[in-house]
Amino acid sequence: MENFIQINDVYFQYEENGKDPSDKYVLNGINLNIDKGEFVAIVGHNGSGKSTLAKHLNSIYLPTTGDVLIDGMNTKDDNKLFAIRKKVGLVLQNPDNQIVAGVVEDDVAFGCENLGIHPREIRKRVYEALEAVDMYEYRKSSPDKLSGGQKQRIAIAGIIAMQPECIVLDEPTAMLDPQGREEVMSTIQKLNREQNITVILITHYMEEAVLADRVIVLDLGTVFFDGTPREVFAQVEPLKKRRLDVPQATELVHYLKGCGYPLPDCVLNEEECVQALLKILKR
Amino acid sequence: MVRNITLGQFIPGHSVIHRLDARTKILLLIAYIVFIFCAANYISLLMMTAVSLAVVLATKIKFRLYLKSLKVILLVVLLTGILNIFNGSGRILWELGLIKITEGGINNAIFVTVRIAVLVLISSVLTFTTSPSDLTDALEKILKPLSIFHIKVHEIAMMMTIALRFIPVLLEETDKIMNAQKARGADLESGNIFYRIKALIPILIPLFVSAFRRANDLATAMECRCYNGGVNRTRMKVLCFSGLDLFGLIFSMIIFVGVIVSNLCIPAVVR
Ligand SMILES: Nc1ncnc2c1ncn2[C@@H]1O[C@H](COP(=O)(O)OP(=O)(O)OP(=O)(O)O)[C@@H](O)[C@H]1O
Ligand SMILES: [Mg+2]
Repeated sequence: MENFIQINDVYFQYEENGKDPSDKYVLNGINLNIDKGEFVAIVGHNGSGKSTLAKHLNSIYLPTTGDVLIDGMNTKDDNKLFAIRKKVGLVLQNPDNQIVAGVVEDDVAFGCENLGIHPREIRKRVYEALEAVDMYEYRKSSPDKLSGGQKQRIAIAGIIAMQPECIVLDEPTAMLDPQGREEVMSTIQKLNREQNITVILITHYMEEAVLADRVIVLDLGTVFFDGTPREVFAQVEPLKKRRLDVPQATELVHYLKGCGYPLPDCVLNEEECVQALLKILKR
Repeated sequence: MVRNITLGQFIPGHSVIHRLDARTKILLLIAYIVFIFCAANYISLLMMTAVSLAVVLATKIKFRLYLKSLKVILLVVLLTGILNIFNGSGRILWELGLIKITEGGINNAIFVTVRIAVLVLISSVLTFTTSPSDLTDALEKILKPLSIFHIKVHEIAMMMTIALRFIPVLLEETDKIMNAQKARGADLESGNIFYRIKALIPILIPLFVSAFRRANDLATAMECRCYNGGVNRTRMKVLCFSGLDLFGLIFSMIIFVGVIVSNLCIPAVVR
C-alpha cells in the first residue's frame, strides 16, 4: 500500500541563498514515509531544517529537487494545491499570529469558509472542533482575552474544523508555560487516538517527543535517526554530539549504567526510571 | 493605558440592537450622522438626541462603557464648545473689551457639543453591538457595487478584519517595547518636542520589524487554511434582513421626516 506522506529525495535551498549553486542546502536529501494515523515527533537543533520541512508538507515551499507526495498527490501540482492543504493542516509556533478574526468562533470558521462549505455545515464543524479542543465555552470571546495555551488550542481547532487527515505542528508549545504545554499536548494526543488524525509534531522538548510513536532526528537537513522513542533515546552520546537533549530520566539512567550499575538500556520517563532504580536498590 | 480603549470594541449581547442586521446598522448610522448635523433648531436637535439615547438604552450595555468612549474625546468636545461661544453673532449678552458673548455663540456651542457627543454615542452603538466579522462582512456587501470599478472590495474588508484583530496586539506590543527601552535607560518623557520625537525612533523600528514578521506568519497561516482571495468563499454567519430591520428602518424614517418638517417650519438657530 502507498504511504500517506512520501518524501522522496528532497533537496531545498532558499532562493536568497541561491546566488551561487554550490551554496548550502537547507534540506539535504530527505527520504521519509509516514503512514496514516501515525504520531511522529521531529526533533533537531536550531536551524536543522525542521520548519522548512514542515512547510513542504502542504505546498508552502516546493522542493528544489525531489518530490513530496501527499496521499499520492504531488505538492508541485498546482491543481491539487487546495486538496493538499485540506488534507494536511499546519499549526505555527506563535498563536497570536495565526488567528485571523476577532471572535473565536469566527476564526475557527475561517478555513471552512475558504473551502466554500455550506453555512450550516460550517457551524456544525466549528462547534465540533471547539469541543474537541475543550474551548466550546469560549466560542464568543475575543482571542485577546485568552491565555497562550488557549489561543494555541483555537489555532488547532481552526485546522481540525477543515477535517484534515494530518496535522503538522511546528513547535506549538514553544511559547507556552508548563500548563499550556500540558493542555496542548493532551489535545494533540486525543486527536491522534480518538480521530485517528496523523500527527507530525516538531518540538524541542524531549519529554513531548517521548509521547510519540516514532521520533525522527534531523541534523543539517538530513534524517539522522528514525525510530521508536526507545530506540532513538538509547543513543545518548550521538544525540549529545548533535547538541540535542535526551529526557532527564533517560540521561540519568544512561550515566549510572556507564558507572557499571545493571540498568536497562533506555528508560523514557520518570516512572520507568524509578522502577529501574528501585530494582537495584532492593537487591 | 492601552487597555482602557473602548472605542471599536465589541460587547456580545442579545438586545434588539444586537439582533439588527449589520448592514441596517451601518446605513442607519450614516443617516443618523447626516441628520444630527442637519438638525438646525432645538426641537429637531432634541428629537435626534432623544432617539439616540433611546437606542443607547436599548442596547442594554452599561452606560459606563459609553461614558468611557466619550471621555476619550472629552477634551475635543469641550474645546470646540468653548471656542464656539465666542464665535457668533446676534444679541450681545456679555462684553469685555474685544471678547463678546452672543446669543448665537451660545447656540453654536450647545449645538456643536451635543452633535459631537451624540455622534460618538451612536458610533459606539454600532461597534459595541456588532461583531467585527459581521461589521466587515456588512461593509463588503454594502461596497459590493463598487467592484464594477475594479475596486477590490473583498480585499478591503479582509484588511479591515485583520486591522481590527491586530490593533490590540500591536498596542500591547508597543507598551512592551516602550518598557523594554525605558529599562535600558531611554528617556521618553522629557526634553523638547523634537527630542521626544527622536526618542520615539527606537520604539517604532522594533515595532515595524515585529509587525512585518507577524504579517509574514499570518500570511502563511491564512494560506494553510486554504485562503485564496475570497473566490467561492462562504460565510458561517449569513447576514439576513428580518422584520426587526424593517421596523428599524420605518421608525428611523419617521424621525427623519420629523426633523425635516421641523427644520422647514421653525427658523434655524444655527447655520
Ligand atoms: N525565509 C528564509 N530565508 C532564507 N533562509 C532561511 C529562511 N528560513 C530559514 N532559513 C535558513 O534555513 C535553515 C533552516 O531553518 P529552519 O527554520 O527550517 O530551522 P528549524 O529546524 O526550524 O530551526 P528552529 O529550531 O530554530 O525552529 C537555517 O539555517 C535558516 O537560517
Ligand atoms: Mg523552526
